[in-house]
Amino acid sequence: MKTPRLSAPRNGVHAAPLPCVSFRLLASFHSGTHAPAVKSAPFEYARAGSLAEACELLARHGDAAKVLAGGQSLVPMMAMRLLRPAWLIDINEIPALKFIRVENDAARVGACTRQATMERDDELAARVPLLRQALAWVGHVQTRNRGTIGGSLVHADPSAELPLAAQALGARLVLRSQKGARTLDALEFFSGPMATAARSGECLEEVQWPIWPEKRTGSAFTEISVRHGDFAMVAAAAQVALDADGCCTRAALGLGGVGGTPLAFPKIAARLVGTRLEDAALQEAGRAAAAESEPGGDLHASPEYRRHLARVLAVRALREARGRAEAA
Amino acid sequence: MSEALYTIEVEVNGRRRSAQVPARLSLVDWLREELRLTGTHVGCEHGVCGACSILLDEEPVRACLMYTVQANGHRVTTVEGLTRPDGSFSVLQDSFCETHGLQCGYCTSGMLIAAQALLDANPNPSEAQIREAIGGNLCRCTGYQQIVEAVQLAARRTREGKPG
Repeated sequence: MKTPRLSAPRNGVHAAPLPCVSFRLLASFHSGTHAPAVKSAPFEYARAGSLAEACELLARHGDAAKVLAGGQSLVPMMAMRLLRPAWLIDINEIPALKFIRVENDAARVGACTRQATMERDDELAARVPLLRQALAWVGHVQTRNRGTIGGSLVHADPSAELPLAAQALGARLVLRSQKGARTLDALEFFSGPMATAARSGECLEEVQWPIWPEKRTGSAFTEISVRHGDFAMVAAAAQVALDADGCCTRAALGLGGVGGTPLAFPKIAARLVGTRLEDAALQEAGRAAAAESEPGGDLHASPEYRRHLARVLAVRALREARGRAEAA
Repeated sequence: MSEALYTIEVEVNGRRRSAQVPARLSLVDWLREELRLTGTHVGCEHGVCGACSILLDEEPVRACLMYTVQANGHRVTTVEGLTRPDGSFSVLQDSFCETHGLQCGYCTSGMLIAAQALLDANPNPSEAQIREAIGGNLCRCTGYQQIVEAVQLAARRTREGKPG
């Protein structure tokens, strides 16, 4: 689809950003001349019973097909006719895509695992705490009950929380097609606004979330949005590990809403290693990350304001993560 | 063009329903237009307002963000399914009336679904938990306070075992 334009809507109908389709996407829609259509165009539907069947259907229909997971972004986009796929391949009834397996160095989550299921999983929250922290900002109860981890990542809204968590932590994504499976880092996967490296015929199978072995690890997720549950104007994610003396041994930092994809800042985070994460060091990291971000503007936030938020929220997330690591 | 029809079987408010539907028919449109269960309301039709909330396999979801064909083999509960078997109001519905938890009523069926799902999972919710549970439902009349009070009243009555 077209890259969303960063313009304000002409009428006030959708003046507030939406939980399911981000404001920028809507803005691109409203800059058109047609009144909103809210019924999908005709399509054909196939319910896949297995991942192999889903891959076969995707291979057969190619670019005419879209995978239907939770549908919390795809269905509104189809209702507004931003998308008109000829085929929907429903993966909701494939049990093999719904699992959470916490292993030694990674938590593996099946692509069609519901966001609400992840949110409730205490072991996942203990080993990859950033996930539950991020999920608290994602939509609402009704959308998290349907919305899936895979759907959110493949939708790849640059303001969305779960893509940011994946980018910040360096999650790995397993894509399956009839030709086999390949695994991509989040950095390779997110290629632009609502765009990913997934190829025609591929279906996301699972997401691997790195588990940090350090005992004193802390993470935090924070954002500013117009209303809670809306897409973020800017969001920040951080995770830090401390040694027994309180020195930082590892750090990760990411920002959402300030570029075409969620952004990770591995070099800036690496400069925190060896420090005691003093406020001055965190402020410097926040300034550097904000300087590297490339925010657009819209009705709610100018690029300057977004860059300001990027700095403030990066520091806030790092400080909160530091506090949790110190308490661990 | 003539659209392909898909055969479905869905349990709606305890009753098995069979139908043939086009793939693009949204679940809320089927419930309202075909089954005439008009208690579920259509608001924004793109997942923002919560007016179309229903229970799918006992969990609250937005019926405008599902195609009917996806509900094949599942259980759906609408606001009509919340009443007692004799058709009288549930404890929660009575509580909404008593605390003035509604004015125009447009959001009410979605609010009732969201609140009932909360109470089923958590009989003693805090105010923050109530506000989180109804956070995906827009109300332009009440300012939400009386809705929160209605859920608190229903929770208290249910815990005390007093029918409304």
